[in-house]
Amino acid sequence: MKGVLWRLLKIAGRFRNWMALSILLGFLTVGSSVGLMMTSAYIIAKAALHPSIAELNVAIVGVRFFGIARGVFRYLERLVSHETTFRLLARFRVWFYRALEPLAPARLMQYRSGDLLARIVSDVESLEHIFIRVISPPFVAVLVTLLMWLLLGMFEWQFALLLTVFMALSGIGIPLLSHLLSRNSGRALNEIQAEINNLAIDAVQGLPELLVYHRAEDHLEKLERTNRRLVKTQRKLALVEGLNEALLGLSMNLAVFSILYVSIPYVSGSLLNGVYLSVIVLGVMAAFEGVATLPEAARFWENSRQAARRLFQIIDAQPAVSDPPVPSPPPRQTSLQIENLTFRYDPDDPPALRDISFHLPAGGTLAIVGPSGAGKSTIINLLLRFWDYREGSIRIGGTELRTLAQEQVRKMFAVVSQQSHLFAGTIRENLRLARPDASEEEMIAAARQAEIHDFISSLPEGYHTYLGELGLRLSGGERQRLVIARAILKNSPILIFDEPTANLDALTEQKILQTIWKLSRQRTTLLITHRLVGLENADQILVLVDGKIVERGTHADLMAGQTFYRYLWEQQQQSLVLETLLDRT
Amino acid sequence: MQVDKRLLQFLKNTPGSFLFSILLGLGVAGFTIWQAWLLSRIIDAVFLKHHYREMVVPALLLFAGISLLRAVFTWGQKNAANKVSSHVKSTLRNKLSRHLVYLGPPFVRSERSGEISNTLLTGVDSLDAYFSEYLPQLFLSALIPLLILFFVFPLDLLSGFVFLFTAPIIPVFMILIGNLAQSLTQKQWKTLSRMSAHFLDVLQGLTTLKILGRSRDQIKVIAQISDDFRQTTMKVLRVAFLSALVLEIVGTISTAIVAVEIGLRLLYGKIEFQQALFILILAPEFYLPMRLLGTKYHAGMEGVAAARRIFEILGTSPLIRQSQSRPSLDLRTQAIRFHQVEFRYPGAARPALQNIQLTISPGEKIAVIGSSGAGKTTLAQLLLRFLDPTRGEIRVDLHCLRDIDPDFWRQQIAWVPQNAYLFHTTILENIRLANPTASEEAVMMAAQQARIHEFISSLPDGYQTRVGEKGARLSGGQAQRIALARAFLKDAPFLILDEPTSNLDPETEQLIQESMNELMHGRTVLLIAHRLGTVQDADQIVVLSEGKIRQVGKNEELLQEEGLYRKLLEAYGGMQ
Repeated sequence: MKGVLWRLLKIAGRFRNWMALSILLGFLTVGSSVGLMMTSAYIIAKAALHPSIAELNVAIVGVRFFGIARGVFRYLERLVSHETTFRLLARFRVWFYRALEPLAPARLMQYRSGDLLARIVSDVESLEHIFIRVISPPFVAVLVTLLMWLLLGMFEWQFALLLTVFMALSGIGIPLLSHLLSRNSGRALNEIQAEINNLAIDAVQGLPELLVYHRAEDHLEKLERTNRRLVKTQRKLALVEGLNEALLGLSMNLAVFSILYVSIPYVSGSLLNGVYLSVIVLGVMAAFEGVATLPEAARFWENSRQAARRLFQIIDAQPAVSDPPVPSPPPRQTSLQIENLTFRYDPDDPPALRDISFHLPAGGTLAIVGPSGAGKSTIINLLLRFWDYREGSIRIGGTELRTLAQEQVRKMFAVVSQQSHLFAGTIRENLRLARPDASEEEMIAAARQAEIHDFISSLPEGYHTYLGELGLRLSGGERQRLVIARAILKNSPILIFDEPTANLDALTEQKILQTIWKLSRQRTTLLITHRLVGLENADQILVLVDGKIVERGTHADLMAGQTFYRYLWEQQQQSLVLETLLDRT
Repeated sequence: MQVDKRLLQFLKNTPGSFLFSILLGLGVAGFTIWQAWLLSRIIDAVFLKHHYREMVVPALLLFAGISLLRAVFTWGQKNAANKVSSHVKSTLRNKLSRHLVYLGPPFVRSERSGEISNTLLTGVDSLDAYFSEYLPQLFLSALIPLLILFFVFPLDLLSGFVFLFTAPIIPVFMILIGNLAQSLTQKQWKTLSRMSAHFLDVLQGLTTLKILGRSRDQIKVIAQISDDFRQTTMKVLRVAFLSALVLEIVGTISTAIVAVEIGLRLLYGKIEFQQALFILILAPEFYLPMRLLGTKYHAGMEGVAAARRIFEILGTSPLIRQSQSRPSLDLRTQAIRFHQVEFRYPGAARPALQNIQLTISPGEKIAVIGSSGAGKTTLAQLLLRFLDPTRGEIRVDLHCLRDIDPDFWRQQIAWVPQNAYLFHTTILENIRLANPTASEEAVMMAAQQARIHEFISSLPDGYQTRVGEKGARLSGGQAQRIALARAFLKDAPFLILDEPTSNLDPETEQLIQESMNELMHGRTVLLIAHRLGTVQDADQIVVLSEGKIRQVGKNEELLQEEGLYRKLLEAYGGMQ
């Protein structure tokens, strides 16, 4: 627990001046209230003794001052605390990204699904509240308590001590109590929420099955039962929260009661001027504003702590790959030579690749085919140095891949895959991501080669068309062509296509493949696919099953015998012919 | 406004609790006033009348007692308000989930399934703040100041008027500045969410950025975007927070005015000390409920926004008719006939299916072929009664399908989709979905027929293995075989099968093919086919294109005709 808070504070530490200023202003806000109530009480009490008006003048000025000051301080405090928050948020984002970047993609495989990523983003965001709601309140509370020591101490230190006891009760005792009371329900709540979440997803996504098997009613009843439990648990927590508020008020009133009880004899004994009795009581009442947000701070901390813990858990992983201390110079030539490569993602896992050897000469075209799960993408992961291999060797232009810096390796490859991401932004920004210093002509030339330039030009805003949720929705084919254009613009010596046509309909697939084969004539190309279309264009085909190369040769070689390749090809032709021919009508 | 009204109607079902919570809230206010009165009396007695402690002890104890009561009432008020919100949440969530089932699969189609389950969970939860905090506070912020005025006016007209005239300033300003600030802040929140969208975008594209060698640059970009956001937001907030400034200042300045005004009159003996102190103690309490309303406004509005979406879903009507008739049906002997069936999605430019004329005789195997978007899925959905024809009708014997209770009708059907959905439960329960009363042996039997038993047995927890997020992830081929097992377990006379497309390893494919053949045996089958091999031995082949049937017949018959089918086979032969 300490660990998480400490690490967060260290990250936030850079803004300690902003934080200090915000805390000071928060304190001055509460302080003004105390001042307002105390001077008001003073005026009234003093006036009751009918002095000359001159004796009240200072207090009247004071009342007006505090009346305005409170609003102004509150305003400034909100500005400064938000300034701090936004600075912190930016800092947390950058910090997190910086830590995450070396881990991608090897250590982030398990977070691939959109939901989990979205959760990471919201976890980072939930840290933004940490200053206003968690860090600042205790400091303000302590400062207000000190102020009250000073003010009440002027009269009697016992009063100050009494008040401190009650403020501590409110600021520490009550949050502690509610933590104890809600601990079990809080835990139960998490479980029930996970459960109802699953049930709701099941209800929505599994609705066809539920209807067909006449189980919708059962499922609804299950959902209703869980819902009842959820609401019941939420109610328990709300009860504790209500208790919190009730006890906070009670604590304040009992503080007033106690201080009155103790101070009355002082007045009677003329040890305390009666004028100050009301001053003290009203001051005490106002001071409790300083601890009022502490129970909430405790709750918020509980949430932030969990969010922070999840984030730390992610980024505390070791990167899968690290650069060699002294990287080799970049290879001059771009042939690929892989020998006896065996690889497992985890020492306990079965090998994803077994004894793979092949040679891709500069300018050649190699296709790797096979059913899903055969290990095709693993080869790419190793080529890009996302993982490191132990057994066997990968050489590029004669240089062992392991001895090259990661960035250097990735400069050698341009990749088009089904996971290639297009970012929210203009087409132009997306293309130029590959090479920010590319000229307009080079960009257009790349788009032409990918056969997407005409489409882009036909858009009203051309290359400045915005992509993404709020912008243009591309079809699967257009999307893939943009990714191809981006890869061309990158101008790397080796082109890798990793299932470039997955999830496209047959007709679009054929058209994209035509483009790809055209491109492959101009550079070293590695194509990975489970769709056996147009492979007569490849110089060499490797058939990968279960991590092993089972067959190799040209399309003609492989079609000549009773090969697995041929079996796959025939299977696919059937569905292909069904889809494409019907499409053309 | 409309939404508010509809939400308020929920109070009718829990009128007691809500009224009770308001009454308790007023009770708390009453105690506060009483306490102020006691405090002023005690201080007055000690300070001006020089009473000793013993003489004020009863009043002090009364004060303490009221403190306790006030705490109890505060708690009770929260509790009662929460009871209302719990009831509303419960009711709405149940109602919403029922309505979703009623709307059926076409409504919850996959691309918005996330948004819908989110509305069901967080959307409904966000009504909590509306009912348990915003709404009670709305009433209390009108009632409590009135209650306080009721006590202040008889004591001191002038202070009463100060309260009375400053009070409306708060709501007026809240509305005036609030509206402006609200729209400004809302815009800002939108930029904030756009900024998090950017962050998410970058995280999703991290691998791409790395391959492009641009991932480190993003550190600067993220910092830059966050910084720009901060600057523009702070500009807005400088204005938006003015509303809070005004609220604060009205509250505190009024207190200051009251203090000075009664102080001066006290000086000239025009008011009693005790009354003056009483009014002074009450001054902050007078403005407090309105300030609290300001802090709860945002949460309340969030609830209204969520409610809008909830009511929108509840207001959607389903695409099928809820019919009750349960005639005696037996698809083992009765044929299904399509008469001039058309289906058009609401708002769609062209029908998904039109002019469908088709007879499915008992025991026949019908293969449907066509490219994606040709209407194959719609055809299956009509038979499953997820949809009803917009024109024409589907008849079974003499009964129109539209008049038959859909649940009753579906008892006749087993269905194997391409992407079978697996529920967050054990594999056993996932198969048993098809027949909740089936014994474990029957489930295993079905799994054996689906060629998945061996795989399940090889798992450490066997049939008790949980599926889903934290459980095992099954591959597409495995999921499909679970769906097959369900179909075996249901043992229905009519079968709708979606043949798997490629990308399965040959062994799995072989297993699925075998199992499908076994399943089809002796049943009426509608097969959505993806390969010519399975098509060729069908009793009828339906060639669909752009929502219309182009050709129907047996393989041999279609080969005789000039048409698409022959072209297909020729092309295939040519490709070989």
